[in-house]
Amino acid sequence: MAAVTTIQALAWFSEIDLHSVASVGGKGASLGELRRAGISIPDGFVLTTDAFRLFVATLRTALQLDQRIDALRGQDNATLNAECARIRAALMQQQSPPELQSAVSAAYQLLSEQGQHAVAVRSSATSEDSADASFAGLQDTYLWVRSEAAMLEAVKLCWASLYNAESVSYRLRLGLPEAQLAMAVVIQRMVNSHCSGVMFTRSPTTGDRSVITLEGSWGLGSAIVSGEVTPDKFVINKITREITRRDIGCKLMAHVPSPDGGILEQEVDAERQQQPCLQDAQILALADIAKQVELHYGKPQDIEWALDQDGNILLLQSRPETVWANKDKAPVATPTAKPFDHIFKVMGGKR
Amino acid sequence: MKINPFPMPSSIGPVAGAENWQSMYPYFTHVQPEDDQRFWFYNSMHFSEPMSAFDMITAEAAYHAMGAYMTRVFAFPTAMGIDYRVINGRVYITANTVTDPDKIQERLQLFQQRAGHYYENWDTFYGEWEQRMLALIRDMNAIKIPELPEYEDEAVVMKNRGTAQNHHVRTTYHRTLELYSQMWMHHFEMLMLGYGAYVVFFQFCKQAFPEITDQNVARMVAGIDVLMFRPDDELKKLARLAVELELGDLFTADGNPAVILPAVKARGGNGAKWLQALEVARDPWFNISIGDGFYHYERSWNDDLSVPLSALPHYIELVRQGQSLDRPTERLRQERDHIVNEYRSLLGSDEEKAAFDQMLSVCHLVFPYVENHKFYCEHWLTTSFFNKVREFGSLLSRFGVIDQQEDVFHLQHTEVEQALAAVMNSWAAGSPPANPNHWKVIVKERRAMLKVLADCQAPPAIGPMPDNIEDPALQMLWGITTETLHRWALPPGTDTGELKGYAASSGVVEGIARVLRSINDFGEVQEGDILVCPVTHPSWSPLFSKLKAAVSDIGGTMSHMAIVAREYGMPAVVGTGDATKRIKNGQRIRVDGDRGIVTILDDVA
Repeated sequence: MAAVTTIQALAWFSEIDLHSVASVGGKGASLGELRRAGISIPDGFVLTTDAFRLFVATLRTALQLDQRIDALRGQDNATLNAECARIRAALMQQQSPPELQSAVSAAYQLLSEQGQHAVAVRSSATSEDSADASFAGLQDTYLWVRSEAAMLEAVKLCWASLYNAESVSYRLRLGLPEAQLAMAVVIQRMVNSHCSGVMFTRSPTTGDRSVITLEGSWGLGSAIVSGEVTPDKFVINKITREITRRDIGCKLMAHVPSPDGGILEQEVDAERQQQPCLQDAQILALADIAKQVELHYGKPQDIEWALDQDGNILLLQSRPETVWANKDKAPVATPTAKPFDHIFKVMGGKR
Repeated sequence: MKINPFPMPSSIGPVAGAENWQSMYPYFTHVQPEDDQRFWFYNSMHFSEPMSAFDMITAEAAYHAMGAYMTRVFAFPTAMGIDYRVINGRVYITANTVTDPDKIQERLQLFQQRAGHYYENWDTFYGEWEQRMLALIRDMNAIKIPELPEYEDEAVVMKNRGTAQNHHVRTTYHRTLELYSQMWMHHFEMLMLGYGAYVVFFQFCKQAFPEITDQNVARMVAGIDVLMFRPDDELKKLARLAVELELGDLFTADGNPAVILPAVKARGGNGAKWLQALEVARDPWFNISIGDGFYHYERSWNDDLSVPLSALPHYIELVRQGQSLDRPTERLRQERDHIVNEYRSLLGSDEEKAAFDQMLSVCHLVFPYVENHKFYCEHWLTTSFFNKVREFGSLLSRFGVIDQQEDVFHLQHTEVEQALAAVMNSWAAGSPPANPNHWKVIVKERRAMLKVLADCQAPPAIGPMPDNIEDPALQMLWGITTETLHRWALPPGTDTGELKGYAASSGVVEGIARVLRSINDFGEVQEGDILVCPVTHPSWSPLFSKLKAAVSDIGGTMSHMAIVAREYGMPAVVGTGDATKRIKNGQRIRVDGDRGIVTILDDVA
């Protein structure tokens, strides 16, 4: 392990926290931070931005990457697409430097217990701005990766996504230098979810900070995130732990792991379609965790969670809620000279 | 064109067997054609039964006082008083609003100055108010109604008083009415200002936390030490004492004082000790009405000791099981502070927190008055008042003007005055009252009509349906919202087996429904039942120790049932509209106190 960490190319979740964003990206840093806060997460490690640079370094000289990309400035889409495809193909062909390869391999074997457990490979953007990140094509996720070779392939696909046409033209348009290009990749144990979903520590519809909105569905959370099922929706009062709303969705299908790697869509049995995917105690346990996470970060959070087959709750991600946070909200009321002056304001129709 | 789902006031015809119902009420309460222009709703919260002719005074005096304080005394900027009409014995009301911006400004100036004076001196004024109410109750009880004996009291001659006592039949009657009306004036002297503070805080919370439940706002406002819990607390003390003095075996579920009290007395020193404790508790705490103070037949515990006594066996059993009957006041206080602090901490800025503190402080300032006034007004003075009227009833029946004392309640208060004049006349003339059957015929007819009217459905709302109801006071006090309107507007027969009301106290349970129309049916309630009733009153509190959950037709989140259910930590749904009609005794139901939904789980043929 010591050898692995000294080259800075790889960091286990236990070694990182929010301050590590620059090297492990937002997703990675947040997972390390959650773990530090005492929240259960599936274990894993991050291939840092150094790992990416190490990998790309040889290509940059061998393929004259910087010059080729600079030459794309002002070119038409067909040229851009073709050239990007060639770069990506070259990148996929490229072997990792041996010291990186062995570090990743050792970490993978440890994490997967010699390939017994599937992993997820997810890109982890270093940019704070999510809009930036999505333009840059940094949203790749590969689930149920079942071998070392498949894992390495997925990592390279994440890296290669930086050279897709949208990403490249975005950098050209904004004049972002190629030398500063960086990306981290998270490799994490898969959770075989009984059910999973998302939580917001405020209402996504009204912005109310006193409630937790919880959505869940059978199987993997990808079904909800992609909008393919109508999930169960619960609203929990953060303060009193009352469950104030239960809308049970009609959950026609679920995402389940495919034996060959990746995920499959599966029909949900008729009787489970309209059955709540969570019991009250589980809803409240999730809400308590959401509260803990929010308290830890000091601001409302957008959380992905999973309940494994043994009933353990695991968080897959937590990031600051952005929609309401960016809305300037005037105070509902400000202090008055005398406490009862509020009554005059309201009764006089001034508020 | 929009179809109005509610009947027009003028279109509601009489009911067979009660065609002459209008004769029971003053002419100005009768519906006029122009009343079709306005939206009215049935005030079933206060007037859940058809009004007997005399009981109409409870609406009259209350609305005269309420309107005076809103319209004229404090000049609430946007709200004036209440207009009321009676249809088939039911009281319908509508609120008068001020919409002209100039007028609102003019009133606001006055309101700030006048209401400000009260808020500024609230505690002092409340202290004086309590003294004034106690004096009023003393005065009411001190009214001595002339006995009209064969010969006048000698003192009238020896002390040359110059007035024979039939004169005082009228003066004492006037005095009785006067003191009663006075009570309503005191009642509303501070009440609407208190509600104003609540409304402002509710509105703030709803804006700052759009998904906050009314229940949680109410929890932040609620005080812990309120008089409405005292009668029940006294009863619990008596239960503990009975166990301590080894008298527990004497208390039976029927609570018959004629059997129980002599049996206690027969236990010697211990019995005497308990009876003395009972006497101490009775004055003043058993001056609590079994209702809310709007009907003559809602007597006080003092008038009908069987009500409190019948609650004792269950309490005694709990004491024997080693249960503490004490209200968990410390826990309640901590819970309240916890909720307040947590919501406060979620506010956006220190400014907002400071405003929140201010508004809540005004709520806590007014809370004791808003909760405690009922004990003095609707309970103590009102039950004394009806008892005084009974004395006039007994005088009327002694002179043969009516058959029995209680018949007096079938006359309007102005008619009682006429009937008393017949008595004054008869005593003076030395002859029997003229036309002795006059009132008897009327009473007989009215008694029959009330029976018919009690069984007939009153539409919850009449007149043109408004687009929405935004008045937070309506919502808080009567539990009426735009949503309620839409529910009322549903055609009959759209029964889904589900009732919606206010989530008053959280939790979800299933159990057997016990539909109770009156506290006198207390004995039917089994341990673990779910109470379903029109509305509960403070004197129902002892019942809650047996219940698993509670459901009411009427009431908002500050209603008695809501407050008591939260204290007991049992689920409750209030303001369902018609739970007592749709749920049958013995049916299995589910009460979801988080969402305000009651579900009927099975059918009872």
